[in-house]
Amino acid sequence: MSDFSLLAVTVILGMSVVTYATKAGGLWILDQIELSEQAHAGLEALPGGIIVAILAPQLVQGGPPEWAAALLVVVVAHRTDSILLALVVGVGSVLLLRGAVPLG
Amino acid sequence: MTEYREGTQRTAADEQDRQELTFSVTGLYRGYVTCVPIAIGVAGYGVLFGVLARQAGLTTLEATLMSATVLAGAAQLIAVELWSSPVPALAILVTTFVVNLRYVLMGAALRPWFRKLSPLQAYGSVFFTADENWALTMKELREGSNHGAFLLGSGLAIWMFWVAATIVGATAGGVIDDPSAYGLDFVLTTVFLTLVVGFWDGTETVLPWSGAAVTAIVGALWLPGRWYILFGGLAASIVKVIQYE
Repeated sequence: MSDFSLLAVTVILGMSVVTYATKAGGLWILDQIELSEQAHAGLEALPGGIIVAILAPQLVQGGPPEWAAALLVVVVAHRTDSILLALVVGVGSVLLLRGAVPLG
Repeated sequence: MTEYREGTQRTAADEQDRQELTFSVTGLYRGYVTCVPIAIGVAGYGVLFGVLARQAGLTTLEATLMSATVLAGAAQLIAVELWSSPVPALAILVTTFVVNLRYVLMGAALRPWFRKLSPLQAYGSVFFTADENWALTMKELREGSNHGAFLLGSGLAIWMFWVAATIVGATAGGVIDDPSAYGLDFVLTTVFLTLVVGFWDGTETVLPWSGAAVTAIVGALWLPGRWYILFGGLAASIVKVIQYE
């Protein structure tokens, strides 16, 4: 059994190229075109929007334990600005709450 | 860092324009250190990826190569789900591109700062973009930091932990059967919640974010893969543009 297959490595490197194209593409495109102030405002809203877009389905798929833990995380993050503390509180509380609420 | 806390939208653009950006070991280190807790969380599902990759038929070397050269968790997880023998090359490449399209927008968001860096610095750093360190970098830059190497530093942290975790998962296999038993599935949610708090900008944020949330939830139900992230983000931008008048 070999350590790798040529086809697999080719596909993986292809994935790498394609992925880098997306990561570099945004930077490159704005080198070619200018933005109005309005478009600029829209672009500024993008980071928060993308994170909300990542979060919303995750939270909706969860239940009360996740929602309560999420609320705790937001409070901790707002008060302390510490990601590590928020992680401990978030994972810890979700484990506790999941254990406390019988899966039905 | 506390002195940068109260940035306002009105002067943000002017501040950005006037400010020089450094690309230094200081910025690199700061990015790295700030990102370590996040990288640990990323390592959690890096191990999961390693396990799944082996189960899908990749060798440890192939799985590690993928993590090292692609550095995109969602695309990698989907790719190993598609993996079979022979490898469906076209399906995987197209899916990878589509799943990662959100990085185009993320790169565009970095532009106001990254145009001040040399092409090598900018295009070199951007290889190490992942969802988590991108959001962290945006927060850092918008708070007024001039550390141009922050993205690279934070990206290196994620890269190292991601690759190491992949190796662990691929070689150890079967260690983590059920991520949710350890709360690992909530790690990513926690990370993003923490970051999103930093992006809250007062009541004017409500409408764009509501638009993003609704679009994302509907999109997650109706659209395949990670499209809902792209459209959710765009929804926030569009609402903001409409609001702007």
